[in-house]
Amino acid sequence: MGGRKLLMTFPVTATSHTLADYRARGGYETLAKVLREKKPEDVTKEVAASGLQGRGGAAFPVGRKWQVVHLDDGQPHYLCANADEGEPGTFKDRWILENAPHLLLESMLISSYALQVRNAFVYIRGEFDLPYRRLAAAVEEAYEAGYFGTDILGSPFACDIVVYRGAGSYVCGEASALITSIEGKRGYPRNRPPRLTVKGLYQKPTVINNVESLSNVTGIVRDGAEAFKKVGTPKAPGTRLFSVSGHINKPGVYEVEGGYPFADFLRNELGGMLGGRKLKAVIPGGISAKVLTAAEIEPLPLDQPVFEAAGSTLGSGGMIVIAEGTCMVRLLQVMLRFYHHESCGQCTPCREGMGWLHRVIDRIVAGEGRLEDIETMHHVSRWNDGTTICGMGDAAGYATVAILEKFRDEFEYWIANKRSKCNGVLEVGNA
Amino acid sequence: MRHLIPEFEKMKARYPAGFESSLVLPCLRRIQDDRGFVADSDIDGLVAYLGVPRVQVEEVLSFYTQLRRKPIGRWHVQTCRNVSCSMRGAERLIDHLRKKLGVAPGETTADGRFTLSTVECLGSCGTAPVVMLNDAYHENMSAEKVDALLGGLE
Ligand SMILES: Cc1cc2nc3c(=O)[nH]c(=O)nc-3n(C[C@H](O)[C@H](O)[C@H](O)COP(=O)(O)O)c2cc1C
Ligand code: SF4
Ligand code: FES
Repeated sequence: MGGRKLLMTFPVTATSHTLADYRARGGYETLAKVLREKKPEDVTKEVAASGLQGRGGAAFPVGRKWQVVHLDDGQPHYLCANADEGEPGTFKDRWILENAPHLLLESMLISSYALQVRNAFVYIRGEFDLPYRRLAAAVEEAYEAGYFGTDILGSPFACDIVVYRGAGSYVCGEASALITSIEGKRGYPRNRPPRLTVKGLYQKPTVINNVESLSNVTGIVRDGAEAFKKVGTPKAPGTRLFSVSGHINKPGVYEVEGGYPFADFLRNELGGMLGGRKLKAVIPGGISAKVLTAAEIEPLPLDQPVFEAAGSTLGSGGMIVIAEGTCMVRLLQVMLRFYHHESCGQCTPCREGMGWLHRVIDRIVAGEGRLEDIETMHHVSRWNDGTTICGMGDAAGYATVAILEKFRDEFEYWIANKRSKCNGVLEVGNA
Repeated sequence: MRHLIPEFEKMKARYPAGFESSLVLPCLRRIQDDRGFVADSDIDGLVAYLGVPRVQVEEVLSFYTQLRRKPIGRWHVQTCRNVSCSMRGAERLIDHLRKKLGVAPGETTADGRFTLSTVECLGSCGTAPVVMLNDAYHENMSAEKVDALLGGLE
């Protein structure tokens, strides 16, 4: 169901996250083979040839990012796995951290070898408790077994790893903010250029990839780029982890092969809509992805280029399914409160814009909206376009415009009638 | 914080040399776990131990929402109110908690037992609504389940 699997390939049991179980599944054999037989640049070539794209939101090719790092530049290089998982609707990296922490660690070791990294980091969101404990325990097991430290598996390769815990800031999931956070400062995003692969952590070349992106590396190196490309679609090879929440019968994390039809996914894996309601809309890739109406998403296969062509993205794989009867004005209000709260305040359009949008929508919900408010919100949302340091301002603006345009009638109704067209309800389906 | 220095030293061993600045956040987190909040004397101690500017420690403290300068209730009840949780009843749950504890989010009960907070997405949206009680997630919550959870606490 949902096609072939590359990550969720084993049954989850009480011990499946341990080193013993991971080894029984062939764990760390790929690392041993790489250290014995491959040159660092061979690994990067394989990853580039696989066409693996980032799973953190922007779908940037992983190999192309790695190729910016020059192995002979005489500088230290750093690798960070992004386990901040802050994009609302997203909880898929948690599945890897809790159930396959050694897959991430083996992948990071292979990646560190490819990039000649001596010190690697995992930046994990501060609230995660079990995922942190599982990962930290796996790190200790791996040290004890000689996979980290010096002379790894009898080779000259040396690598240390630190699990770095955040402390409750959404913007720290943004790659440059993540770096300033690890430097022990406020997590403010940085202007680019210079790229982080040129000047990143402590001004040294740094590669940051999402947990799921990195976790695919072991399989790619073990089975080869060609085998990876046979899964999924030509322009978006492999599988994706989707974390699905909202008004469905079976929320959870699912691995889906690229190209699997959304309609089948909803019916077969997600168990259909809660209470047999009709589908109203889907936010396909974390709340910063543009909403798609039921009619827009129903015919689509789960394939990144297809979702981009439809004006949205699979983003972080955080899919929120919304049933008929949900008030989209209140939904946007929740989103804007969040963005306002999380704006780090460095860029005027983002700081002021998020505050303004939040105030306007609060006014509409209070029954004091004016018809021109809709135009104001459009206008303020577009301010951010390309004028901000990080992607948050932009994304929040696009997401806002999509809801305003596709559900304009609900905003007009609330302004004209001083009440919601859908009773202000976000929780539907149980009744 | 002095008694934590041996732990800090162990932590440091896996960082590259020259990364003292990076230890600010992990040390502050550890201090808070120990004391419940970060006191002035902890800041003094950390500045002396790491050799970082005091202003850096203070900036970090004011930036990250999980860090605090004052004690809170014995039990910290944090309820997610982002999109997915709201779609599965978080708003009703927060109302219930306000009434039950008699405090608004951000406040502590008079007996010092409970502090109520609202938080944004906890990365657990598939088991919404989610309540964090101190460090632990409690998923698929309802008014009845939250009553049972808080009922047994000192
Ligand atoms: C505001 C903001 C928050 C982000 N949060 C995350 C996050 O929690 N996890 C993540 O992997 N990427 C996040 N990203 C994307 C990262 O900046 C970066 O693109 C990604 O980690 C790169 O990994 P990938 O190429 O493997 O996807 C965020 C971006 C922005 C603008
Ligand atoms: S866009 Fe917003 S969150 Fe990003 S750096 Fe600017 S103010 Fe901060
Ligand atoms: S919205 Fe509550 S955990 Fe994500």
